[in-house]
Amino acid sequence: MEQEISNIAREATAALPPKPVIEVKNLRKGFDKVEVLRDLSLQLFENENLVVLGKSGSGKSVLIKCMVRLLRADAGTIRIFGENVQEMNDRELAELRVKIGFLFQRGALYDSMTIRENLEFPLVRIKKYLSRKEIDAKIEEALENVGLSDTINKMPSQLSGGMRKRASLARTIVVDPMIMLYDEPTTGLDPVTSDEISMLINNVKKKYNTSSVIITHDIACARATGDRVIMLNEGEVHMEGTIRSFEQSSDPLIQSFFKFREPSSAKAQPHHG
Amino acid sequence: MKAIRPVLQRIPKLPSVKTQAIKISDNAIKKTQLTTRFFREVGEFCLFAWLTLKATFSRDFEFREFLRQCFKVGNKTLPLISLTGLVIGLVLTIQSRPILANFGATSMLPGMVALSLVREMGPVVTALICCGKIGSGMGAELGSMKVTEQIDAMEVSSTNPMRYLVVPRVLAATLMIPVLVLYADAFGILGSWAGANIKGDVTFTLFFTQAFSAIWFSDFFPAVIKTFFFGAAIGFVGCYKGFTAGRGTESVGKAANQSVVLASVFVILIDLIAVQITDMLY
Ligand SMILES: Nc1ncnc2c1ncn2[C@@H]1O[C@H](COP(=O)(O)OP(=O)(O)O)[C@@H](O)[C@H]1O
Ligand SMILES: [Mg+2]
Repeated sequence: MEQEISNIAREATAALPPKPVIEVKNLRKGFDKVEVLRDLSLQLFENENLVVLGKSGSGKSVLIKCMVRLLRADAGTIRIFGENVQEMNDRELAELRVKIGFLFQRGALYDSMTIRENLEFPLVRIKKYLSRKEIDAKIEEALENVGLSDTINKMPSQLSGGMRKRASLARTIVVDPMIMLYDEPTTGLDPVTSDEISMLINNVKKKYNTSSVIITHDIACARATGDRVIMLNEGEVHMEGTIRSFEQSSDPLIQSFFKFREPSSAKAQPHHG
Repeated sequence: MKAIRPVLQRIPKLPSVKTQAIKISDNAIKKTQLTTRFFREVGEFCLFAWLTLKATFSRDFEFREFLRQCFKVGNKTLPLISLTGLVIGLVLTIQSRPILANFGATSMLPGMVALSLVREMGPVVTALICCGKIGSGMGAELGSMKVTEQIDAMEVSSTNPMRYLVVPRVLAATLMIPVLVLYADAFGILGSWAGANIKGDVTFTLFFTQAFSAIWFSDFFPAVIKTFFFGAAIGFVGCYKGFTAGRGTESVGKAANQSVVLASVFVILIDLIAVQITDMLY
């Protein structure tokens, strides 16, 4: 029902020129005098997968944490759905966060709870009006979507790294977010599992109509999921474009990212059925 | 002139003014850094206390989590507290007996031991044990949740982690530690009875009548009141240290360790204040 309403709303606005869902302008953020983000601007458009590339330590996680105000920006503005995140009060912030799914770098599953309780935790607190039956149905559906139906009563410590990532993904999609922020979804996983996760990301986009920021330094993941790519360096946007334009770039930093990896013609689209 | 030279040479060379100045300014910088760190810590502590208070009196109390924490607090410490209570009662009795015997006052033994147990030994020893078991447990648990971003995950799913994690823990500690203290007192008196029975023969009922007739409401009441504060301090310090843990894995251990130290300091300080207040009132 809710899904339908938001779909209708999306269709109604489709005719207008694209308005950014997230708009970051001149963002600055530092820790103890060390500047991590210097002057960063970017936009995320509706129903788009934006890949953010960058070395580790370049402030990619800091960027998306500023977006949900887990960290406070030092300067600059972040607008999500046109609203300035910096100036929101607690209630507005809570309302905004309900619309955003955040996949943490290491999953951040609650390790004292089973997978079911992990999914139930945000669900019963965000969607208080749901009945017990609806909650169970939603949990099962989300787990099915990530292919984890049989682990519903397991503890996170009993799962493998890839399964934990997927469970974590299930926990974020169970509340029907409109924006997804993925923090290195495939890091630390083997190539096969990485491809599965990339495919899941594409499925989530299709199924839930989300706009996503995908942070990664995994080129295969960027190829599989990215509509548009941004490269961060030294706290600024180094380059912006399609995957193809990145591959053809002669910039040494970008080449060093794409070096030793198969060209996009041999791109491994995950095959599943 | 030539005569003075050897004398001058024998004087040890003074460090140059410049190096002196650098040393002094270095010292000053270190000291100011230490002071700023101290004040920042105090500020953070007060802010955390304020947020906890605010979360305590907000709607949507997490009752199930509160019960779970109460169970954990009790369950974790019961065996150790039983044993400690028993041994303290026993040892106090055995050691006081010769002194009292010197004055021919062995009949005062149960009352004396009971009084010191209820007023001081029971509350303080129990609280210090709880600093070690509960304070460090909370510090480590919340610290690891912080390091693995579970607390951040709660926050972005629009749940106030203060309300879900901190409030139930602080309240559980506040309510359970007085119960544990009473339990330790009981075991202490039991141990004392056992100690009295090693030499001489006292019936259980006689011993207890003697013990309880020595304890007045004015002994008992302040002792119970202060245990609530002990509990609140232990729970709060554990949560605070866990929540403010750093970013690396090693900060989990640090958080646990510092919880024990800070909570113990708080317990001792609260005890000191409680004794002063009780003294003034009675
Ligand atoms: N909460 C924090 N406190 C202090 N420093 C931080 C914090 N978060 C990130 N940093 C620092 O910011 C820099 C960028 O970190 P991060 O965004 O995690 O990099 P990555 O691009 O690998 O995700 C690192 O040098 C890190 O040490
Ligand atoms: Mg990161």
